Amino acid sequence: MVPLSYYLVLSAILFACGIAGFLIKRNIITIFLSIELMLNGVNLSFVAFAAQLNKLEGHIFVFFVMVVAAAEAAVGLAIIIAVFRTRETLNVDRVNLLRL
Amino acid sequence: MSMHLWIIPLLPLTGAAINGLLGKRFPKALVNTIALGFTAAAFLMALWVAVQFAGLSPDQIPHIERYATWLSAGQFSAEYGIYLDQLSLVMLLIVTGVGFLIHVYSVGYMEHEGGYYRYFAYLNIFMFFMLTLVLANNYLLMFVGWEGVGLASYLLIGFWFLKKSAANAGKKAFITNRVGDFGFLLALFLLIKHFGTLQYDSLWKLVSQHPVESAGAGLLTAIGLLMLVGATGKSAQIPLYVWLPDAMEGPTPVSALIHAATMVTAGVYMVARSSPIFDRAPDARLAVAVIGTLTAIFAASIGIVQTDIKKVLAYSTISQLGYMFMACGVADYIGGIFHLMTHAFFKGLLFLAAGSIIHGLGGEQDMRHMGGLRKYLPYTFWSMTVATFAIAGLPPFAGFFSKDRILWSAWSSGNHIIWLIGVITAGMTSFYMFRLWFLTFFGEYRGPNPETAGHGHDTDAQHAGSHGHGAPHESPWVMVVPLMILALLSLVGGWVGVPHSLHGSDHFEAFLAPVFQAASAGTTAPEPAAETGVNSTELLFSGISVGLAALGLLLAWYLYYKRPELPARMAKAAGGLYTLVLDKYKVDELYGAVIIQPLIALSTNVFWKGIDQGLIDRAVDEGAEGALETSDAMRHMQSGNIRSYAGWVAVGATAVIAFMVWRGLR
Repeated sequence: MVPLSYYLVLSAILFACGIAGFLIKRNIITIFLSIELMLNGVNLSFVAFAAQLNKLEGHIFVFFVMVVAAAEAAVGLAIIIAVFRTRETLNVDRVNLLRL
Repeated sequence: MSMHLWIIPLLPLTGAAINGLLGKRFPKALVNTIALGFTAAAFLMALWVAVQFAGLSPDQIPHIERYATWLSAGQFSAEYGIYLDQLSLVMLLIVTGVGFLIHVYSVGYMEHEGGYYRYFAYLNIFMFFMLTLVLANNYLLMFVGWEGVGLASYLLIGFWFLKKSAANAGKKAFITNRVGDFGFLLALFLLIKHFGTLQYDSLWKLVSQHPVESAGAGLLTAIGLLMLVGATGKSAQIPLYVWLPDAMEGPTPVSALIHAATMVTAGVYMVARSSPIFDRAPDARLAVAVIGTLTAIFAASIGIVQTDIKKVLAYSTISQLGYMFMACGVADYIGGIFHLMTHAFFKGLLFLAAGSIIHGLGGEQDMRHMGGLRKYLPYTFWSMTVATFAIAGLPPFAGFFSKDRILWSAWSSGNHIIWLIGVITAGMTSFYMFRLWFLTFFGEYRGPNPETAGHGHDTDAQHAGSHGHGAPHESPWVMVVPLMILALLSLVGGWVGVPHSLHGSDHFEAFLAPVFQAASAGTTAPEPAAETGVNSTELLFSGISVGLAALGLLLAWYLYYKRPELPARMAKAAGGLYTLVLDKYKVDELYGAVIIQPLIALSTNVFWKGIDQGLIDRAVDEGAEGALETSDAMRHMQSGNIRSYAGWVAVGATAVIAFMVWRGLR
């Protein structure tokens, strides 16, 4: 059996990649994907702990996170399409009309 | 039995409230009706109270009415209450009676002035506080009246507040009085600390168990001296008299009511009221006598050379107040109060007559521009004549009896130097008053020619400007009638106290004696000399003072009637001495250099620029500045860039995780 620490390290790597992508990338879709990456990194640690401890709660949490992520994807993609239609760009630095 | 004495002070207060709050829209007649009506009601009620008082048996006196507890803190409490004995009854009648007459007079005098309703509201509120002062049954309530009359005095001196000198005079009066009030307050604190009460009745009981401090100074001496400080402020004695001459900036009826007849005598009343304390502190009482004597002769000497008619009267007031203090200081409180009463009549009259002259000349106050006025103002002339004879101490006018009594008490108490100075002052008083009389009413009219000049000098504020002025004219009836009544009182007012040596029965002494006998029981107060053996001596001393008064009259007659060119030559011959006296011995300049300038310098450089600006303002300013700079530095964190926020969150989370890992490893 694969030890728990492997899962956790992988989860941390996925999460760190998500953060790095979120902070560095300009493209809004990439940022969106980075967020999904972070969520799934967290999901991985949840299921890893659930399997290790033989508890059901971890699995349930993952389902919740997936549901929220799906809803977010739907809303987020709709926003991205709307933004692209009006601004004709996906660069977040240029979507700054509300800034002072 | 309650006499509902609380109504008396409340009557003028009601008048003040109505006139002060609503009077602006009232016609003058209504303002008059309210102001005079409430004052007259107070006077009538005072008369009724006097009648009731006469019906009380000796053991019902003092008549004390208690209404409510005003404040209580720990063991100490003060109440709203009224203390009516012979002393406060005399004061009550003087204040309401003379006050009412001066209200009537004011109707004529202030007719052409702006702020008519304001004037009467102030005058009424003065009556309220003065009545509170004399009727209170404890020192704390008396202090309320004491401060209140100071306020009314300030408001009325500065009545023409657009004139800078008037506004300054008001401030000067108020601030000088604060110095005295400080002493009075300290005396009250000492009383509270050591006796635990300020109620007259219980306080006298406690004080009477205190031994006479003849061997050395003690608690009561300290209290007495501090009270004297308070009295010197209110009653314009050395060293705090400087405000009273300046107070003449106010309307003349105010000078008559507040700065001659009533308010300035509050100090005398306070000393007489505190006679149980002073009788047990001979040193403090001697200080009262010395201060009074010095003030009497000092102010009289300044009064001799003044040319402004009101200034002469102001210094005369200070001098006469000195007599009252002299009397209290030699334990003749009755003499002090007697002189207070006659002085209220004749000095009130002198001021009102002076006001009538000023009114008749359209604001002229300089006696060098008067003269020959007896043709133009006959009624004023005759009433002023009575008052002048009264203050000069010539029999049978009121001033003779009271002044003579004081001088006799000074002699018979063994203070011969005080007597000597008092007698000299009496001669000086007679001289400067007859000087005023001759300069004003005799000789030729020296004012501007009535045909060519329409206006007098603009010394009494807007008085000259408001009504075009021709020849000097007599004042309207509303002003003349109070003059006549006061003239009558100045004539007969002394007859209530005709001494035994003149085969009188001295009702005044018999009336007031219980107040001071009860108070001084068991002390070394000199016994009133009533034996027949001293009568001839007393008569001789009366003769001396009357002789000096007559001498003053003759000298004034010679210098200012017979040879009017002589005084100027004498002034030139006296040279520097004359200018020194004319400049009031430069006391104002001395105070300015010794006290006021250093105070201003200290306040400006240390308190204003040092502490206020340097410390308090700077702390606030620097605090704001610091907050601004910190925020300016911090605001760059809030860039509006979402990813930089996320970066900060990540950094924060990393820091927290690192911390927890470090904790786990440890």
